[in-house]
Amino acid sequence: MSKPIVATTSLAGCFGCHMSILDIDERILDLFDLVEFNKSPIDDIKTFTKQCDIGIIEGGCCNSENVHVLKEFRKNCKILISLGECAIMGGLPALRNGIPVEECIREAYLEGPTVTLNKEGILPNDDELPMILDKVYPCHEIVKIDYFLPGCPPRADLIWNALVALLTGNEMDLPYEVVKFD
Amino acid sequence: MSEIIKIVIDGKEIEATKGQTILQAAVNNGIYIPTLCAFDGIKPKASCRLCTVKVNGRAMTACTTPATEGMEIENNTAGINEIRKAIIEAIFVEGNHFCPSCEKSGNCELQALGYRFMMMVPRFPYSFPQRPIDATNPKLLLDTNRCILCLRCVRGLKDENGKSLFAIKHRGVHAEIVMDHEVCANISDEMAQKAMNTCPVGVIIKKEKGFDEAIGTRKFDKQPIGHEIENKFNQGGN
Ligand code: SF4
Ligand code: SF4
Ligand code: FES
Repeated sequence: MSKPIVATTSLAGCFGCHMSILDIDERILDLFDLVEFNKSPIDDIKTFTKQCDIGIIEGGCCNSENVHVLKEFRKNCKILISLGECAIMGGLPALRNGIPVEECIREAYLEGPTVTLNKEGILPNDDELPMILDKVYPCHEIVKIDYFLPGCPPRADLIWNALVALLTGNEMDLPYEVVKFD
Repeated sequence: MSEIIKIVIDGKEIEATKGQTILQAAVNNGIYIPTLCAFDGIKPKASCRLCTVKVNGRAMTACTTPATEGMEIENNTAGINEIRKAIIEAIFVEGNHFCPSCEKSGNCELQALGYRFMMMVPRFPYSFPQRPIDATNPKLLLDTNRCILCLRCVRGLKDENGKSLFAIKHRGVHAEIVMDHEVCANISDEMAQKAMNTCPVGVIIKKEKGFDEAIGTRKFDKQPIGHEIENKFNQGGN
C-alpha cells in the first residue's frame, strides 16, 4: 500500500507552527516512515505534483497570494487542517483588523517612527506583489477546513496525536495539557 | 438555625441550606457548575448565562436561582454542556481575544473554559470589533478588546467611600467599561491587584505584572477550571 501523502504551508504565519512540527523530536523519523511529503517547506517542493491526503495550513490569509495557495490546498488535499491560532482566527497579524488598510500602509511606509529610508514616499505597488486584503481572514472563512489544532504554537504532542489518529483511524488522544491557545 | 433542604443534581441527592442558590449548594457539595459573571462576595447578576442548568425541565441560571426542597436539576449533561460551549464560543468571537499576546493568558477564566469544553474553533464568525484601550492610569491598563461585560468590576470594586472604580457606558452592543479616573488616580498596589483578580479575563491588567509567570506554572496550564471544586472532597488521598 502506498503511503499517505502530506502537504504543508505557511500563509500569514511566522513558521512557529512548522517549528512545532519539528518539535515532535525523534518521532519525525517515524513520521517519514509513515507518510510521504509533497508540497511543503519541509522538503522544499514548491508545487503540488500529486493529489495529497492531508494538507496542514499554518497562518491565516492576509493577502491575495495566501488565498490562492489556500484554494490550491483545498483542491489538492482530501483533508485540510488549520494548525495554530493564526490559521484558526487570524492570530497576531489580525491585530490590524480594526485598522483601515490605508492607515496600516501609511504607518508602515510613510509615517512610522522606523521609516527612515523612504524619502520619495514610495508605496509598494507592483504587479508582482500580492494585494493586501482588507483584513486578515481565518482559513475556514475562505475554504472548508476539516480539523482545527489550536495553540501558539500548537503543542508538538497535539500535532503528533492528530496525525496518528488520522493515519490509524483511531480516536484522537487529547490530554488536557495539549489543547492551549497560547 | 438554618433549615436544611434536599435537592437532586444529575441524579445525586445533596443537602443545601435554605436561602442558598443552586450554585452555592453545588459548590459546597463538590459539584462544578461553570460560571463567568458570578464572583464570590458579589451579588450575582446573571449576565453570562454560562451556569444555565435545567430545573424540573426549565433552563435557569444556577447563580441566581434559590435552591428549594426537592428540585430536580440537570447540570453535567451532553445537551446542557453543548449550550455552554456555544455560549463560550459566542463570547470569544464577540471580542478580540488574541490569547498569545494577552497578559492574562494561562490565568484567564474564559480561556480556561475554552480548554475545559475543548473549543477547537468557534462555530460563529469572528466579529473583530473596534474597541478602545485606556493606558493612562499609572497602575492599571484597561483593554476592552477582551471585555465580556460580566460587570464583576462594576459591582465588586469600590473605594473606601463606596465609589465604583469602573462604570459602564452606552447600551447593548455599544456597552463599554470605563475607568473612573478620579477614583483610580491614587489607587494602591493591593487595590490594583484586586481589580486585576476580579476581572475574569484580560481587560483590567496591573501594569508591570504581565507575563511574569512561566508557561506551565500558571493557574490553568495543568488543571482545568473547576477542578478545585470537584476535588474538594478528594484531598488527602483515599
Ligand atoms: S482575555 Fe482570556 S480569552 Fe481573551 S485573549 Fe486574554 S487569555 Fe485569551
Ligand atoms: S472589565 Fe473585566 S470584570 Fe469588568 S465587565 Fe469587562 S470582563 Fe467583566
Ligand atoms: S454565572 Fe450565572 S449567569 Fe453568569
